[in-house]
Amino acid sequence: MATIQTDLGEEALTIHLTGNWRVDSSLPDFASVEELFDTVENLRVVAVTTNEVEDWDSMLMAYLVKLVYLCRRHNLEFDRSLLPNDLRMLLNLSFAVPENDNAQLDVETKTFVERIGKAAVERYREFLEMLGFTGECFASILRMLVGRTSVRWKDFWLIVQEVGANAIWIVTLVSFLIGLIIAFLGSVVLQRLGADVYVSYLVGYGMLRELGALMTGIIIAGRTGAAFAAEVASMKFSEEIDALKTLGIDPIDFIFLPRILALFLMMPVLVLYADVIGVASGMLVSNLMLDISVPMFLNGMKVAVALPDYLLGIVKGIIFGMLIAISGCLRGMQSRDSAEGVGLATTSAVVTGITLIIFFNAIIDWIAAIYDI
Amino acid sequence: MAYGSFVVMRDLNFEVLDGEIMIVMGGSGCGKSTLLKHLIGLSEPVRGDILYDGISFVHASEEEKQSQVRRFGVLYQGGALWSSMTLAENVALPLEEYTELNSREISELVSYKLSLVGLKGFQEFYPSQISGGMRKRAGLARAMALDPEILFFDEPSAGLDPINSRRLDDLILQLRDSLGTTVVVVTHELKSIFSIADNAIFLDAGPKTMTAIGHPNQLLEDPPNTNVYEFLTRGGK
Repeated sequence: MATIQTDLGEEALTIHLTGNWRVDSSLPDFASVEELFDTVENLRVVAVTTNEVEDWDSMLMAYLVKLVYLCRRHNLEFDRSLLPNDLRMLLNLSFAVPENDNAQLDVETKTFVERIGKAAVERYREFLEMLGFTGECFASILRMLVGRTSVRWKDFWLIVQEVGANAIWIVTLVSFLIGLIIAFLGSVVLQRLGADVYVSYLVGYGMLRELGALMTGIIIAGRTGAAFAAEVASMKFSEEIDALKTLGIDPIDFIFLPRILALFLMMPVLVLYADVIGVASGMLVSNLMLDISVPMFLNGMKVAVALPDYLLGIVKGIIFGMLIAISGCLRGMQSRDSAEGVGLATTSAVVTGITLIIFFNAIIDWIAAIYDI
Repeated sequence: MAYGSFVVMRDLNFEVLDGEIMIVMGGSGCGKSTLLKHLIGLSEPVRGDILYDGISFVHASEEEKQSQVRRFGVLYQGGALWSSMTLAENVALPLEEYTELNSREISELVSYKLSLVGLKGFQEFYPSQISGGMRKRAGLARAMALDPEILFFDEPSAGLDPINSRRLDDLILQLRDSLGTTVVVVTHELKSIFSIADNAIFLDAGPKTMTAIGHPNQLLEDPPNTNVYEFLTRGGK
């Protein structure tokens, strides 16, 4: 246990430290020393002895540093002469470099309303940034179309493989389960109404028009959008993007364009594939639970689902693909230059991607309803 | 130079002559790399200008900046090689972008540039398959791809052993002597400073400005302030 004893002279206060001054020891309350400094008058010098200290570590040093600061606040001299050499050296080391005045971060205290206002301005700024970035990406696509920039096709095909072929298994699994769930729900509810034959309407309409594109979009946002953000953030962190800029090469043309084109190409293909798998699994459930044969299921689907429903799903896939690619690349570019920044960019890309997909899905459905598609 | 409201450096005024090796020195975190970013156009100064051949770089149009940037070669701290490309592809990219050379000619040039930095035979290696020192040398080969008029080095010795560090210094000297390249090196490595500098500036984080300019030997003999002396003598006596 650590203890202190004070010895008050005419103008000097000597503090005798005794016992164990270690991390696992119980230390004396510093408030009593502060109180003493406040009450004693005509004090000029403070000294510390450690002859009775049995064992010590950084806790003792931290206590001494606090004492030095306390002396400074009270304009008292801290006499180090009674300290042993090792403690004196450590103490000198802790005060060797003065605190940097510029090291303080601006910590603003704001009211609730100010915080809301700041957050709103921040979101608005982010929105403009995303709009600007989207514009730059489309300008890059135009430059490519008029032959003013070229795509690195080797990179493009590698990305196509990564976002397309390598995503097949997860798309298969999720689409199969979604088709199964719709058919299962439909069969349970419709059977009660004696309308079980209409389960094919539900599966066909639901998968082709809505869930095929939506679920594929969400899977790709979580898988590919996150990967894009992490790749771009790592490239930024390792100065690869700076290296492009100083060569006069636009990172949008070089890094983002192949990714946007790859998702533009692969998303409709994946949506089509998800539609097929989802309908097939729905057909399986209908057959097993409701005894609806395959021809009966397909005939029912033909009545309920028209070509525009299917095309709407494909168009959604294309739009979702662009949104995922753009939000992934943008979040990567916005990342801070640190390992933590890479992680945050990845999370942010997934959240942004999924939010945008759901938001745009609602808008597209709304427009489709207006134009009776 | 500033990040938001945080001023990094002010009142910087210096000139780099053609074919000169200029060292930007100073302690860690004083703003050396920030100055380099301003010189190569990755950041813009809050006030003032950067002139190349007397022409403003800061106030130039985007197209003028792009053509100016093509006169630069930059070696970043970690090499900054594009990780999805082989060393040959890394060095070839600037040539593909800005020359009309055919693939055979580009391949010959790439091989030559890599041999200059002692990496002949490593063409098909990816950056992740070679050491940090080799990455840096490959980064230099890429920086030299378009025979730049000005080469910028950001902490070329960082992460290198003393032998590789000295090799890189020799390479910088040879490039300057053989090609007449102007070189700006950001470093705090004293051995490099004394062995390659024609001229040097000292950035001081305290007053946030440049406090010395001259050849390092001259600054050591007649130090303008104690910080410069302490820096050049590894923290004083």
